[in-house]
Amino acid sequence: MSAKLERLANCLQEICGDAIVSLVTDRGEVTITVAAADYLRVAQQLRDESVLRFEELMDVSGLDYSAWKNSEWTGKRFAVSVHLLSVTHNWRVRLRCFAEDDTFPLLDSLVSVWPSANWFEREAFDLYGIMFDGHPDLRRILTDYGFVGHPFRKDFPVSGHVEMRYDPEAGRVVYQPVTIAPRENVPRIVREEHYGDVGHG
Amino acid sequence: MAEIRNYTINFGPQHPSAHGVLRLVLELDGEVVERADPHIGLLHRGTEKLAETRTWVQSVPYMDRLDYVSMMCNEHAYCMAIERLLGIEVPERAQYIRVMFDEITRILNHLLNIGTHALDIGAMTMVLYTFREREDLMDAYEAVSGARMHAAYYRPGGVYRDLPDRMPQYEVNRFKNEKTVRELNESRQGSLLDFLEDFTDRFPKYCDEYETLLTDNRIWKQRTVGIGVVTPEQALAWGFSGPMLRGSGIAWDLRKKQPYEVYDRMDFDIPIGKTGDCYDRYLCRMEEMRQSNRIIRQCIEWLRKNPGPVIVDNHKIAPPPREKMKANMEELIHHFKLFTEGMHVPEGEVYAGVEHPKGEFGVYAVSDGANKPYRLKLRAPGFAHLAAMDEIARGHMIADVVAIIGTMDVVFGEIDR
Repeated sequence: MSAKLERLANCLQEICGDAIVSLVTDRGEVTITVAAADYLRVAQQLRDESVLRFEELMDVSGLDYSAWKNSEWTGKRFAVSVHLLSVTHNWRVRLRCFAEDDTFPLLDSLVSVWPSANWFEREAFDLYGIMFDGHPDLRRILTDYGFVGHPFRKDFPVSGHVEMRYDPEAGRVVYQPVTIAPRENVPRIVREEHYGDVGHG
Repeated sequence: MAEIRNYTINFGPQHPSAHGVLRLVLELDGEVVERADPHIGLLHRGTEKLAETRTWVQSVPYMDRLDYVSMMCNEHAYCMAIERLLGIEVPERAQYIRVMFDEITRILNHLLNIGTHALDIGAMTMVLYTFREREDLMDAYEAVSGARMHAAYYRPGGVYRDLPDRMPQYEVNRFKNEKTVRELNESRQGSLLDFLEDFTDRFPKYCDEYETLLTDNRIWKQRTVGIGVVTPEQALAWGFSGPMLRGSGIAWDLRKKQPYEVYDRMDFDIPIGKTGDCYDRYLCRMEEMRQSNRIIRQCIEWLRKNPGPVIVDNHKIAPPPREKMKANMEELIHHFKLFTEGMHVPEGEVYAGVEHPKGEFGVYAVSDGANKPYRLKLRAPGFAHLAAMDEIARGHMIADVVAIIGTMDVVFGEIDR
């Protein structure tokens, strides 16, 4: 498997080496990071070059790095991870791209390359507020009609901002600010390296 | 001549053949679908966000509730992602148990799919037959985990406990008299493996029964042959996987191509379709059940001969056995830490995909070294399939939309997450 990964890494370097910001091979998976300007072009190359031939887009996942390791994140906040699969060569690659602007994250849409990106990008827009330039139908997909905010951002509380109930006087369903306090049973902990190892104190 | 009006109808979310809570907005020209716009998200529970606020092991039961007709396969992908992040190897016996239960799950899923698909398009009897066998398999779930559906049986590092030596028995009540109970309990006298072996002996005959009912059934063929045709190019472009991809003639199965656990030691075949219509996908699923039956038999044979541990011995990942915990201070501390703070998973990201009955179910887990996931993305096969609804349904009659929904095998637990 590792020889195959090496071959894949070499092919990627050769074909889109000029656009690759970083290429990481970790736990049997190859991740390439590209700049937002090269994103669409690299995607096109990944699908069309016969030595790569990633004909299937399996997944697009939004990411919000603002709470990484429970501390200040200095880099760009929003990113997408795209998982590609080649049925011809039987290999996978992860393509990652950070959005330039944190207040208005904008990336090119991959719908023109893989139609399956359509719903996945709608989902990333819905949950993270990442905009996709060139998307034919960028509507919300998972949240309610008329939902406000992007729920998977790290600054969005799990309990949300509004709750819904039936108001017998108004005779309809009304929204009101949430009445439950956010609660965390187990705190999120990031240990320093070698915590608890014998011989490291 | 009467004027034909174009109009828009709302299909679902309470329609019985919408398989859950699908709201489909159909634009019609007479009876022909011009545009299908699925509205999903009515069952969105924010599983991925919830997982970010729970420790790694606390999210295992959430995975059962994603695709609630193939529970253990979801757990499998999730546990595999954690194991890859941790870089641990699962004991061999646990790998065989996982493969066996993955295949049991596949049969469970396909039985439900074929039964309800037939029910949707007019064959009432099928669902009665398939639910009969589902009952047996859910008893196997119950024997091993205590729950008929939401098992939480796979854990990071292995499975929760070894296979039981006895099966739960039916009891006499006002619906079942002594004679019925005796007949029902007849195959449940031995261990779980005995019960499953008996099931695998019976199952091919059941498959023949289903085929008698459907395969050459004229109505079934009229409703499925040539309906919802997906070309291989379309299937790839839309990110299809599983029977939806194989039905279009692409021989792609993760169990063969990127084998995980002990699938590389199993002897089984991958059925593929020719035309890519609903009927071919039905035939694929039917044959997959027979192949799953073969795999289960091979697992039973190996599991009988090879006792051993079923979960890793590292108590920073898996809890220590109960007896040890009661007698040993160190084990008690491990147990306490594991179930309060939880385990810390090293920094990194992985994508673990399994051949779920519906297609490729993937878990993309990102860890920053904390006791909880930083980001968990669940790649549901049904999500990609339903996204192609507009393209597949366009030009079909409105009654065929039901057949297409059925063949996609949509379950909203996983699509809405």
